[in-house]
Formats: sequence, structure tokens, C-alpha cells
Amino acid sequence: MAETQYMTINMGPQHPATHGVLRLLLELDGEIIVKAVPHMGYLHRGVEKLSETMTYNQALTLTDRLDYTNGLSNNLAYCLAVEKLLDIEIPKRAQYLRVMFAEFQRIAAHLLWIATHALDIGAMTVFFYAFRERETILGILELATGARLTPSFIRIGGLAKDIPDTFEEPAREFVADFPQRVDEYETLLTDNIIWKKRTRNVGALSREDAVNYGVTGPVLRASGVYYDVRKAYPYSSYDEFDFEIPLGENSDVYDRYLVRLREMRQSNRIIKQVLEKLPEGPVRAKALSVVAPDKEDVQSDIAALIRHFKIMAEGFKVPRGEVYASVESPKGELGFYVISDGTNKPFRMRIRPPSFINLGALPKIIEGQMIADAVAAIGSIDIVLGEIDR
Amino acid sequence: MSRADEVVNKLKENFHDGIIKVEEFRGEVSVTVDKNKIRDIMLFLRDTDKLLYDMLTDLCGVDYQCNAGDAARFEIVYLLRSSKFNDRLRIKARVREEEDCQLSTVSDIWRAADWLEREVYDMFGIKFNNHPDLRRILLVDEFVGHPLRKDFPTEGYDFAEPFSVQLEEELNG
Repeated sequence: MAETQYMTINMGPQHPATHGVLRLLLELDGEIIVKAVPHMGYLHRGVEKLSETMTYNQALTLTDRLDYTNGLSNNLAYCLAVEKLLDIEIPKRAQYLRVMFAEFQRIAAHLLWIATHALDIGAMTVFFYAFRERETILGILELATGARLTPSFIRIGGLAKDIPDTFEEPAREFVADFPQRVDEYETLLTDNIIWKKRTRNVGALSREDAVNYGVTGPVLRASGVYYDVRKAYPYSSYDEFDFEIPLGENSDVYDRYLVRLREMRQSNRIIKQVLEKLPEGPVRAKALSVVAPDKEDVQSDIAALIRHFKIMAEGFKVPRGEVYASVESPKGELGFYVISDGTNKPFRMRIRPPSFINLGALPKIIEGQMIADAVAAIGSIDIVLGEIDR
Repeated sequence: MSRADEVVNKLKENFHDGIIKVEEFRGEVSVTVDKNKIRDIMLFLRDTDKLLYDMLTDLCGVDYQCNAGDAARFEIVYLLRSSKFNDRLRIKARVREEEDCQLSTVSDIWRAADWLEREVYDMFGIKFNNHPDLRRILLVDEFVGHPLRKDFPTEGYDFAEPFSVQLEEELNG
């Protein structure tokens, strides 16, 4: 009788479909995956440890570099946690602008995802279309924040500064135009027979498993679970906007694609509402010991200059306590659990990385499937290694 | 009675001494429990009708080395969420360094704990008994020390010679 021998192959860490430096050890029976063991850590920078040596303002810059497709949402999650510790109220205008930035960033992140995911599966055209729009968004964000990838623009207590006058026009133009662009992606993929054959009934994750594995974000919603932090625990005035949470039914790669596409349309809707009802007013909280003064004041008022210097150099003391704050990042629930011991540096800053926890379900998803489907499954989870390895 | 009070009362009724401390800060409730009863308590929280904490949102470690006195050095923090009641609860278990830094795994209760416990093991050196695959997850297997411990220097022990990695063959002679 012939003996069955499994073959072990190494996928990654340098492999275009692993979206970074993820390494998978696959045990194969022919083309069927018997066992998959992910190895991570190639991008580990010790962000949680580093934050313990920095003041609260300095640690903000670390958050940009977690999920680097999504800097502004990361800033937001961190700021929400520290603001909760400080117990300060953020002005309405800043809250609305934060929502707008987060949604722009969500669209940009989803565009990057659809571009690379489709490229993995073999549809190259989508890549160019999606990157065209992503470029527009990055341009718009650059107008306000001055940076494309690592903005550090959402600060503790509000925003670094208000948006410039030149911001609104391109933003409105984009919002009016974007639904047609999503239609374009849909004509390329949604009814595409090859796309459907590669993605339907591939990489399914049942509702129960998804919850048990702690999966969040579009992957969870594609399994039909209604959980979105924006609706469940509204932050930054999300409850004042009208939007829907798209759900999937079959929990396969195709449904994850559909959920993300619909999410982009909803995000566009939210941005439109922000632009319509953006209130006037300050973009920084009135908390003199925490929020740095305006740049103009620093140059004309000695007291402001001293205050600026003190806040930037020494930081500010945060009341003893511990809080958890989370946002719905494009990947899922991004949470910060910050413990303060009453000094100017975080005693412990724990990041709940959505990609890390979603990736934990990958072996469950791909075991028993074909090796070619592993590529589709990894793409559909939408991981960013900067966040997984921290 | 708020939902949080209800949950805490239920826990106290069923576990008496197992509940060490209940704190509330900024509307978030943390319950410190006896680490020897962690599995019973977690199963109770997941399976009891009116609790149903079906999701483990996060699990992490904290090092309180600087704490004076005989307090336990480590704390394992579990953040639970109930999909049905849309409700969060934080459970903490204290782990003493003198008792070999170990406690029971919850990875069979929530599979999410599998990797999260590996990360705590990696970063703090706390062992989870009966974990199916307790290995380092982010750092290399040969790494010495546990970086998120407060006594681990931020720049590492190999700051002067960061690239002197020993190959497996050399290690095996």
C-alpha cells in the first residue's frame, strides 16, 4: 500500500500575496492544505515598549506606523483613549473633522485593499483604477495634514490645526464623483465570472467561528454578524450621521469583497454629511495644560510660548487610571488600553490590533482548501503587518 | 440597577471569595478575580443565560514590578464583550512571580486567546497551562528575556552588538 507523504512548503516572508512579511508554513497533501502555521514578527519594533519611554504627545507618532495605510484612524483611537483618561470634551467641529478624516482614510485603505487583492487573484486593471482614486484622497489629506502616510494630525485634545480654505473644493468634488468610480470597480469584478469562480465559496468562516476567534471588521460582518464599533459604541459623534452597516451572508471571500465595496459607499455618504453640516468653531479643546496653543499665539504672546514649550518638552500629567477606547478601523476594532500611573508617560499602552486577531483565524479558514485559494483568503482578511507585529 | 452591577452581583453570588476587587473608572468596570478560578469564572461568564460574553476582545499582560509591598507582580487583563447585550467587561487575574508565573489557559473557551496568550508568554514570560501551542509569537525563538517586563531595558541587552545572531547549526555544535 502506498504511504501518504505530506509536503511542507514555505510561503513568504517575501511573497507578493502575503502583503508584507508574513510567513506561512504549509503542509500539503497534493494541492490541499492540511496544516497552516503562520509566523510573524519580522516587522516587530516594540511599539508598546517604546511608548512607555515617551510622553503622551510623543507616543502619538508611533501609532501612525501601526497600520500604515490608516494613519489617521490610528491617531484617533489613541487620542480617544488618552482623552478619556484626561476626561476632556472635544469641540464639535473637531469631532466632525475627525470623522471625515477617518472615513477618507477608510476609503483609501479599502482602495489599497481592493487593488492588491484583485492583483493577487489576477485582475490587474482594478489596481490602476483604485490607485487613481487613492491618489486623489491622499492628495486631499495632504492638503490638510501635510503628510500622505504618517500624518499625526489628530492630536490629544483635537486636531493639529483647522483645515485650509482650499480643502473643501477638492473634497466635495471627490465625494460627488466617487460613487461612479465604485460602479466602475463593480463592472470589472462583481459579475466577472473569473472573479466569482476564484472567490465564491472560498475561505468561508462560519458565524460562530468568527465570534469565537474574536474576528472583527469586514471579515466578521461578511459572516453576517452585526458589529461595528461606530454603531455599537459611537465615538466622535458618529451617532449624528446616517449610514448603514453592510452585512454578508455566505462569509466567503466574495462576500468580504462586497461588504468592503458597500462600506466605501457608506463612508462616502458620511463624508458628504460632514461637509454639509460642518459646524464652525475651534478645533481644539479648552484644556490649557494639555493642548498646545495656536502657532500665531506662540509667536506673539510670551505666556503662550512658555506653555507651548512646557507641553512639548515635558508633556502633561495624566490622572491615574486605566481606560479602553476603540474605533472601527478599516481592518476591524482597533483598541487602545492605556494605563496611567499619574506621570507624563503611559505606564502601559496595549494596542488591540485587529489584523493580528483576524489573522488568527487564517489557519481555520484555509485548512482543507486548495493552495491557490490561500492567496485569495489571505487577501480577503486584509492584513497589514505593521499592525500585526507592532 | 445597571447592567454592570447585575453582572458583578451574579459573579459575587456564584464565586464569593473568587472575586477580589471591583473597580469602576470612567464608566468601565474591572473585576479582579482569583487566578485559580479563572476558567470557572470565564466559562460562567460565557455560558450563563443573562451574561453571554461570547467574544474575547483582548487579552494582555501588565507588569506592576514597581508596586511596593507584597502585591502580585503581573496582571492578566481580559476584555470581554457580549454580542447580545452589547456590553463590555474587564476581568483581571493577578499572577505572582514567586509562583512560577503561570495560570490556566482560556484558549479553549475563546479561540481568540490562542495567539493572545502566546503574545503574553512572549512579552512577559507568563506560562498558560494546557495551552495547545505555547511558543513565542513575535520574537525569535532564541530571544533572551521578555521585553515588556519593566526590568527589560528598552534598547535591549544586545544594543552594542545587535547583529550577532547565532545560527542553529552553531548552537547544536
